Amino acid sequence: MSQVDNNEAASIPESDAVQSLLPSDRLNIIRHKGRPTIKDYMPLLFTDFFEMHGDRLYGDDNAIMGGIGRFDGIPVTVIAEVKGRDVYENKECNFAMPHPEGYRKSMRLAHQAEKFHRPVICFIDTPGAFCGVEAEKRGVGEAIARSLYEFMTLKTPVISVVLGEGGSGGALALGVCDKLGMLENSLYSVISPRGFASILWKDASRESEACNIMRITAEDMVSLGIAEAIIPEADGGAHNDFAITAENISEFLSKSLSEKMKIDIDVLLNERYNKFRKIGEYTEM
Amino acid sequence: MLEDFFKVVTTRFNSALSDGENKDNPEKKKNSVNIPKGILFKCPRCSSVCESEKLESNRWVCPSCGYHSRITAKQRLSITVDKDSFTEYDCDMQSLNPIDFPGYEKKISDLKEKTGLNEAVITGECTIHGERCIIGIMDSHFMMASMGSVVGEKITRAFEAAAEKHLPLILFTASGGARMQEGTVSLMQMAKTSGAAARLSQAGIPYITVLTDPTTGGVTASFAMLGDIIIAEPKVLVGFAGRRVIEGTIKQRLPDDFQSAEFMLENGFADMIVDRYAMRRTLAHLIRLHRGVQIPSKEVSKDVTG
Ligand SMILES: [Zn+2]
Repeated sequence: MSQVDNNEAASIPESDAVQSLLPSDRLNIIRHKGRPTIKDYMPLLFTDFFEMHGDRLYGDDNAIMGGIGRFDGIPVTVIAEVKGRDVYENKECNFAMPHPEGYRKSMRLAHQAEKFHRPVICFIDTPGAFCGVEAEKRGVGEAIARSLYEFMTLKTPVISVVLGEGGSGGALALGVCDKLGMLENSLYSVISPRGFASILWKDASRESEACNIMRITAEDMVSLGIAEAIIPEADGGAHNDFAITAENISEFLSKSLSEKMKIDIDVLLNERYNKFRKIGEYTEM
Repeated sequence: MLEDFFKVVTTRFNSALSDGENKDNPEKKKNSVNIPKGILFKCPRCSSVCESEKLESNRWVCPSCGYHSRITAKQRLSITVDKDSFTEYDCDMQSLNPIDFPGYEKKISDLKEKTGLNEAVITGECTIHGERCIIGIMDSHFMMASMGSVVGEKITRAFEAAAEKHLPLILFTASGGARMQEGTVSLMQMAKTSGAAARLSQAGIPYITVLTDPTTGGVTASFAMLGDIIIAEPKVLVGFAGRRVIEGTIKQRLPDDFQSAEFMLENGFADMIVDRYAMRRTLAHLIRLHRGVQIPSKEVSKDVTG
């Protein structure tokens, strides 16, 4: 099993009330109608942001937004999965379920970041890649696979944050990074609790129960060696105070960037590879 | 006619694995009730029946319709590598239970007994028509070859062995996807294997994937789609999302060739479709082309197997 540096996660204070939440309570918090999305955080985290569109191969995908801006005065590339808060917004961004062109746009912008020596900051917030005929025709499997490949070898620091829902390969495509932070109520899973319940008990309605045994919380991710940090939210959840939550994200990014930007790129790439290389549990008898 | 069409669709429908999970094919189960097991084979595609021996001598390809049926890793080895050339790697590696999934240990130990395998992939070194290479073969009989820690680790080590020994890597993929029982740890195996694929690629070593029935989910969305050359067996199921999930979204049945090898070729995600008779010599040819070695035409014999 992986060696996890728990120092950072442990150093972040958490109130007792928050610690006693069940994973299913966190599921309810991240589904709160008022939960901030990347569109809310963007102006609080970045200045001079310019959005860039299109994958230069097929089209543009509103489920993933990307562009360049400044963080703490440093030029950065931002790539983010976009959730909506109402039907209208969700129609626009396809409920944050990207098509292949979204991932290809992400790779295009990441390569530009590499070329111009900008760090990349990714925000994960998706139930998963979109499951549809067109997505299959345009090779959603290949687009995710290629993202994993490209980000693993991208010669610039990559920091990722899970804002709410980290669903399966569609989330991982923005999750191959040097440092992963998770908002304290966010979840990261291989399959939705609903899907898990329907497979395990043939009953999708038991999703809360599934959620509680799946080990998908921020603390679980730190103990499994998948995430490095837990980012505190406002009391009771990010929806209660966008600004405080954004400040905490900002602090995580600032610390992570200054740490990773110092490291020689070959060393950084080795560390990135080994972070994932170590994940897994098995015996050899 | 229409009924037949739906029958075929139903077959594919059942074999489409949406959630990285092992589901027994109810169609197959139903069929096997009347057919004495081990003596006769009933094709799940065209429903024709033939003797198991005949099927085996035809490399488990349905003599009536050409369906490339699912075979075990051992059977795959027997028709792919040169006789006695295979040395297995990591054969003792076994799963633990990273998220304490209820009943996972029991499920694994039952499957070990039933299949004679320790896990869903075998890896090692072999020759094919004398060409040395690293090979990995996934076996859908073991938990639908879903990718957990062991599959991820063995595949990653195969990539690393290929890089270290400067040998080409051939992976026969088959999988229902990520292994739900290992939670997010299984998801991370996608990143781990893709990272290993990237390193092999940077080392300039050829990597060939052969997509077999069924290649879906997290395996499609990682190392299966990263081959320098992507080959598929005829009519196999290849895709990312489960067919049922998509059909649920669009509220209609999908045509039978959706997410097939042919569909992948047509849409630009596979280089070629190669049948089992041509597989060995195709692989050997491709390996030689990457060495720039002249191939004497005599070596291209159709019926030589290991
Ligand atoms: Zn047939």
